[in-house]
Amino acid sequence: MSGFLDGLLRLRRGPWEMVATVLIAVGVVMLMQPYVMWLYTYSFIVTLVGTVMFIVVSHFPE
Amino acid sequence: MPSNPIDSAARATPEPVARKIRGLSDRAIAWLFVAPTIFLLLAINIFPLIWTIRLSFTNFRANRPNREVEWVGLRNYERILTDSDIWLTMQATAHFLFWTIFFQVLIGFTLAWLINRKFRGNDLWTTIIVLPMMLSPAVVGNFWTFLYQPQIGLFNYVVSFFTGVDPSSFEMLGSVTLAPWSIVIVDTWMWTPFVMLICLAGLRSIPDYIYEAAEIDRASKLRQFFTITLPMVLPFLMLAVLFRGIENFKMFDLVVQLTGGGPGSITEVTSINLKREAFEKWRTGYASAYAIILFVTVFGLASIYVKALNKVKQR
Repeated sequence: MSGFLDGLLRLRRGPWEMVATVLIAVGVVMLMQPYVMWLYTYSFIVTLVGTVMFIVVSHFPE
Repeated sequence: MPSNPIDSAARATPEPVARKIRGLSDRAIAWLFVAPTIFLLLAINIFPLIWTIRLSFTNFRANRPNREVEWVGLRNYERILTDSDIWLTMQATAHFLFWTIFFQVLIGFTLAWLINRKFRGNDLWTTIIVLPMMLSPAVVGNFWTFLYQPQIGLFNYVVSFFTGVDPSSFEMLGSVTLAPWSIVIVDTWMWTPFVMLICLAGLRSIPDYIYEAAEIDRASKLRQFFTITLPMVLPFLMLAVLFRGIENFKMFDLVVQLTGGGPGSITEVTSINLKREAFEKWRTGYASAYAIILFVTVFGLASIYVKALNKVKQR
């Protein structure tokens, strides 16, 4: 866990890609879940943030 | 002296052209070769994408090109993301996505595991199993429509044979409860071989010595499966899930052929709904915003897919 946080603070690719991947996955689940309308409403922004983050952080050093 | 193809090509190049090329740097020549592809990519992919993003902020209607176009800002996105009908189509897509992936992974992995055990006729069975994958979705949709016919369809008779239910008492494509499952069955039938092939690649990449070491350590077959087979096939499985997820998220042809989104709108997946908004209701600006939402979702999933693919390549 400390390695993960350390990677985040030192702007390393691996942990940041993990965060972006989780955001994309959460966004997709929010988009398709049948329970809460506001989750659906905010799903797009979560997916968009995750996707843009993924593009940016994939240029970070390993 | 024997001449190679490069020398022959150089000799065949007319002198004025050759003189021009000789003056160019390697980098410039490389750009010269790549330029047509980049131009095509920009014209076919990038320009329409940017144009769609622009349209998504307007109230443009393609059937009224002369009407004044109004800039509406984020209103189209706001309307889509608060529309309960579109939310329902997302749920229909989610139902289709979840169950097709579930069954395809379950059956695909089981088939791969069975095929991986060397037996007589192994290759023949592999060929027979992968046949559905090679068919066109339009053809598959068409002949499954006949198979699902309550009076003459084979599917109802098979179900009747196993359950004793009257074959004409249920209609797979006409029933609100059965229609979503009819699409799941057809997609599973068609695309399970693909998952099987990927799993098979994963299973065949596991070296035998790992199992031999496990045998020496007296690990049971079940333990070998959970500690060797499953973890080593998991990246391949993840790849198959992501690929099928992206493909099924965009599913259009098969559903149109089978149910056309009906009965009612119970099987109306997002791509069908998008097509209706764009080319039946002609709300181009609104449909563009809808397309951008789907694009970002698929792009996000594709990014994860590429990451998973690189991990598999590193193995």
